[in-house]
Amino acid sequence: MKLLVPVKRVIDYNVKVRVKPDQTGVDLANVKMSMNPFCEIAVEEAVRLREKGAASEIVVVSIGPAQAQETIRTALAMGADRGILIQTDQDVEPLGVAKLLKAVVEAEAPGAVVMGKQAIDGDNNATGQMLAALLGWPQATFASAITITGDSAEVTREVDGGLQTLKVALPAVITADLRLNEPRFASLPNIMKAKKKPIDMKTPADFGVDVAPRLTVLKVTEPPKREGGAKVADAAELVGKLKEAGVI
Amino acid sequence: MSGFLPSDEHRAIEEAVQRICAKYDDAYWAETDETGRFPEAFVADMAEGGWLGTAMPEEFGGAGLGLVEAAIVMRTVTQSGAGFSGASAIHLNIFGAKPIEKFGTDAQKHAWLPGVISGSDKMCFAVTEPDAGLETSAITTRATRTQDGWSITGRKIWTTSAQRADKIMMLARTTPREEVARPTDGLSLFFCDFDRSAIDAKPIPKMGRKAVECNMLFIEDLKVPADALIGEEGKGFKYILSGLNPERVLFAVEAVGLGRAALMKAAQYAKDRVVFGRPIGMNQGVQHPLARAWCELEAAELLAMKAAALFDAGLDCGAEANAAKYLGAEFGFKACEAAVLAHGGMGYAKEYHVERLFRESMIARIAPVSREMILNFVAERVLGLPKSY
Ligand SMILES: Cc1cc2nc3c(=O)[nH]c(=O)nc-3n(C[C@H](O)[C@H](O)[C@H](O)COP(=O)(O)OP(=O)(O)OC[C@H]3O[C@@H](n4cnc5c(N)ncnc54)[C@H](O)[C@@H]3O)c2cc1C
Repeated sequence: MKLLVPVKRVIDYNVKVRVKPDQTGVDLANVKMSMNPFCEIAVEEAVRLREKGAASEIVVVSIGPAQAQETIRTALAMGADRGILIQTDQDVEPLGVAKLLKAVVEAEAPGAVVMGKQAIDGDNNATGQMLAALLGWPQATFASAITITGDSAEVTREVDGGLQTLKVALPAVITADLRLNEPRFASLPNIMKAKKKPIDMKTPADFGVDVAPRLTVLKVTEPPKREGGAKVADAAELVGKLKEAGVI
Repeated sequence: MSGFLPSDEHRAIEEAVQRICAKYDDAYWAETDETGRFPEAFVADMAEGGWLGTAMPEEFGGAGLGLVEAAIVMRTVTQSGAGFSGASAIHLNIFGAKPIEKFGTDAQKHAWLPGVISGSDKMCFAVTEPDAGLETSAITTRATRTQDGWSITGRKIWTTSAQRADKIMMLARTTPREEVARPTDGLSLFFCDFDRSAIDAKPIPKMGRKAVECNMLFIEDLKVPADALIGEEGKGFKYILSGLNPERVLFAVEAVGLGRAALMKAAQYAKDRVVFGRPIGMNQGVQHPLARAWCELEAAELLAMKAAALFDAGLDCGAEANAAKYLGAEFGFKACEAAVLAHGGMGYAKEYHVERLFRESMIARIAPVSREMILNFVAERVLGLPKSY
């Protein structure tokens, strides 16, 4: 079975994000970019599924600027077999991404799409669900465990109040949560091998998908600064302060 | 030139090594420094990721990359805060076996390289002697022929990792100095098992990098087979020379990374520490030494990467490699010093880690060749001044 794993290039999770002075977005100049951590978990899971014999080929696809090839190479170094870059300098919205992925699914005919539950830049948590809807496929989101048997997958989901286990018929869209696995480090021999793996270069136009934005961002601002706390001498003073603040 | 602009592959290498290093935080390195415990887990991770073989041929389990890539790996290690405790723990695996690759027979390469590259064999490198110092041709460790090989007797000093090593690469005299045309003739290079029944290794208590020991070696009738000799008898000095430039480059970038680790801690502290009602980093007196250190480290790294690129292109890099090692060591040290001073009293406290880096920064100023000898070299070979030593 072929697995399709979409991966996104985002600001590295360690970087402290800065808002542009004109409040139109986040400053990306000279900022370290990396693979979205949830995408990385999805790649890892796909590689593990192949190691277990449940998958035979892993195709990674990224939608983004030319530099997203680096993100694809990272996935190839983790063990994916080949890549597709749909190159655009536009910040494509979840619906546009879902439409492009649908077109890729139609061309590649994978047995499942394994992807991150959300990207840490927009935190939309929408693409996987939209893709499943557009394809008319079952979906299992927030996976913390995946077992594939024959033509179905058993997926444990992290939901409020516990774990839920679903059985979905394949093909399906499965989105990865944080605790699904711990991604491996790319080893040097695998980084070398990744250099030789093919990346197909495409554009949104190749798939006939209109990725023009449907949403308008009014403004982006920093969260309010955290105020310093105050120390109280004893319980009585604390109760007094809380009463003053009208919370008790 | 490939040394200047990082390629995608170089970024991937740096990021992958950063990830391994991120598992080993300041507390880990402070503990190895306190206890002298070798950083086994870190080295195992680096070996498993294939990093020890970065610059070794693919045929023997390496990645077949060059000095540029090896330099990126080693700079990333020290810069993570691992310092020389991390770098020296793997330094010899990275380039130490090069003389075997360049001058060994096929049988020797197949027998020895895979173990060093995979990390299953731990080697040490014994050149320096107590009575010879920087004058390598004055070493007195003697290898004499036996019926089926060699017998080696003598003393070595500073041999790094001799407590853990199961292999030793050693320079010894095979023809007495009086009987050769030039004093550098008659020295031979050997690679053999570290036979503890014939070599007594005594650790030297030292200033820093406690986790990676250095030793006095007392070698008494060490019996080695005939095929322990690398290349031709009497050519050992030449073989060692060929490995010196890459080693200088690695020391240079290791020192740069070390300096950066200290500098980043100092910049953070200068932002956080409030005295006289404002962060100390708001004073130019605190800012400038740190900013200067940044400039100096960048310059040293550039020269080191130029030397690495020249080396990888098969061009002469002697002057650049030596100058880079000089600058890296000096500026690495200055950056660590500036970092300690920016921390005030806390710079002297182990809790803030910069004193550990400061102690380690002295290593690159002394080993593998001192500042003075580098300047002697530049004066003589680059500026054409009379040889002074
Ligand atoms: C942490 C550490 C690890 C080491 N690991 C190893 C190892 O694994 N294997 C190994 O073989 N060696 C190792 N060494 C040894 C190291 O390479 C030597 O210490 C170094 O080469 C200096 O030699 P020396 O100590 O004998 O100094 P000396 O030769 O005694 O020199 C002492 C001082 O005199 C100066 N000097 C001497 N002659 C001149 C001159 N003509 N002009 C100007 N100045 C001069 C030197 O620059 C130096 O400052 C290590 C050393 C250290 C500190």
